[in-house]
Amino acid sequence: MRAIEVEGLTKAFGPIHALRGVTLAVDAGDALVIFGPNGAGKTTLLKTIATLIRPTGGSVRLFGIDPRADVRLRAQIGVVSHQSYLYPGLTGAENLLFAARLYGVSRPAERVARLLETVGLTARAPDLVRTYSRGMAQRLSIARSLVHDPPLLLLDEPYTGLDRQAAGVLTGLLTAMRGTRTIVLTTHSIEQGLALCDRMAILVDGLIAYEAEDGLRDLHAVERIYAECVGVPA
Amino acid sequence: MSAVGTVGQLLWKDLVVEWRGREILTAMLVFSMLVAVVFNFAFSPSPADAPRLLPGMLWVTLAFASTLGLSRSFVLEHDHGAIEALRLFPFDPSLIYAGKLLANLLYLLAVEILLLPALAAIAGVPLLASAGPLAVILVLGSIGLVAVGTIFSAMSVNTRIREVLLPVLLFPLAAPVLISGVRAMLSVLAGASWGAILPGLRILIAFDVVFLVVGYVIFEFVLEE
Amino acid sequence: MATLADSEPLDASGGSDWRAGGIWVGGLLAVLGMYMATLYAPTERTMSHAQRIFYVHVPAAWAGFLAFGVVFVCSIGFLWTRRRSYDLAAQASTEVGVVFTTLAIISGAVWGRAAWGTWWTWDPRLTTTFMLWFIYAVSLMVRAYGGPGSQSGRFAAVLGIVGFLDIPLIHLSVVWWRSMHPLPVVVRSEGFGSGLHPAMLQALLVNVAAFTLLYIALSGIRRAQLVAADAVAARREEQRIREGTLAREGTR
Repeated sequence: MRAIEVEGLTKAFGPIHALRGVTLAVDAGDALVIFGPNGAGKTTLLKTIATLIRPTGGSVRLFGIDPRADVRLRAQIGVVSHQSYLYPGLTGAENLLFAARLYGVSRPAERVARLLETVGLTARAPDLVRTYSRGMAQRLSIARSLVHDPPLLLLDEPYTGLDRQAAGVLTGLLTAMRGTRTIVLTTHSIEQGLALCDRMAILVDGLIAYEAEDGLRDLHAVERIYAECVGVPA
Repeated sequence: MSAVGTVGQLLWKDLVVEWRGREILTAMLVFSMLVAVVFNFAFSPSPADAPRLLPGMLWVTLAFASTLGLSRSFVLEHDHGAIEALRLFPFDPSLIYAGKLLANLLYLLAVEILLLPALAAIAGVPLLASAGPLAVILVLGSIGLVAVGTIFSAMSVNTRIREVLLPVLLFPLAAPVLISGVRAMLSVLAGASWGAILPGLRILIAFDVVFLVVGYVIFEFVLEE
Repeated sequence: MATLADSEPLDASGGSDWRAGGIWVGGLLAVLGMYMATLYAPTERTMSHAQRIFYVHVPAAWAGFLAFGVVFVCSIGFLWTRRRSYDLAAQASTEVGVVFTTLAIISGAVWGRAAWGTWWTWDPRLTTTFMLWFIYAVSLMVRAYGGPGSQSGRFAAVLGIVGFLDIPLIHLSVVWWRSMHPLPVVVRSEGFGSGLHPAMLQALLVNVAAFTLLYIALSGIRRAQLVAADAVAARREEQRIREGTLAREGTR
């Protein structure tokens, strides 16, 4: 069964069409990277798949079902955004516990403890997130996105502004979950995207301009294709 | 997690954050006391006038103070994208409304418990005799203010004139609460019985029921994109 | 190179001319209504000629409330179906409705001044109309400052629904409040002593019909303008994308 099936997806904000008929499919366990210039609609596409945005037309199916049909289906989605999703007035542990409880995770305290260890924040867990450095907050956000063990992980330019430790943690996690979790990632760095994913798509002006499944190891070839799609003289 | 459990969790989050910082309560209290003092200077009510002026002063103060709390409670969610995270949870977005509403109601009631006796002491109006009806009016009115206020606070936090938009939205729409609340309190302080204020109580209850239901149903459209 | 001229021309005619026809008929009816109000209807007993403002005030208030009712229905329609046509209809009705409501308030104030010497009387119906005016004003603010197009439309729809349900409660609360200091019987805007003389009723109905027709035609015109503005914006967007695509093809 395909993890993600998007068909003819359109989204209009008033008269502006952000997505103009996007069709793509991702198999379970695959990792897809989406490249595209600013304003192409990458964030809109990701948020629509995550059920945060209601499409104007077309359809989204996750594991065969429309995720908007039942609110509980959101439990299969994890999101890493460029916003931290954290409450500065709560401690690191409390932020994770809050999310764990609301996702209905069984034995939340255990899970939270394990996640904190994975991202290296056990020592700072009882401190308010307000006292965290940006890198620590980012690591906590990543942990938060995984607290309910979602089969689908969506990441919107997750490496932007990440410090080296946090970037390392993220790359480590993404590499470890390859094959078991379905990943969709948007990024500006073609090199990084190719290193992490099996398939790629290029989104331009709300449409998929290019898609490829294998043979993505040649960085220069991909850069050339990207330049063509986007219209920058190579 | 059950709906009640979810709302409880959401409420816990708001209360813990507020307890640690106490920004909302402090702001609301200080502001309320200041306004009360200003009113007293402005009107210099004699002991005979005071019962006539107190309800109006009280409700105007509460209306403004409530906007402070209401807007702060959503700024908390807006700043780090927490509201988006809340929308990703596997529960009905209307529960977010319920959680925020309860938190805002608690803040407002806390302010009222401190403000009303203080105002009465400053203005020299004896309140204990009519504590029952006054409490009922305050609670019903507060529920109404918070029921509509929570909807509009979620809306205005997303606009570029957020500090201005919330009071501008709230005051006309909360007019039935303010009008009936003042009128009912005036009657009570003048010695009226429960029967005399029954029409007002009915209006307050109707307002509360209508807008709690409307708020609950419509909230997902406020959050949606 | 593709230009705007290459695609089918935008239909700028604004649709069929039923709206213009509506303005004509409504205008003629209004003229008839004014004649009836000034010369045909008998002079009222207590307020004399000042009462004639009633023939403008009541129909204007009626049109204002009717417009808000339409806003309510369109708001529900918009939130339910997300179709932009509902949003545009609600916006048109809001803008036209606020004009009629302003007219109602001003005429109400003038009537009060001419008949009883005060510019404002806190009469329940007038007060409720005034509150409606505020809700309209806030609606316009939300549409102007509420964020990007789709968001402000959504917010205005929420406000339209909440506001409409609020109006009866506002009225009830004002009536109860007013019962504390009732206005002298003669000052109240209803019942000038006896009921309405049949000729007065006829004049009133003609004016109500005229204002209703004018409301429908005006909001229809406004809506057509909004639809056209939308089409232009969408066409520009298409143009921009097409030029971008061609530019890209040119570099290959």
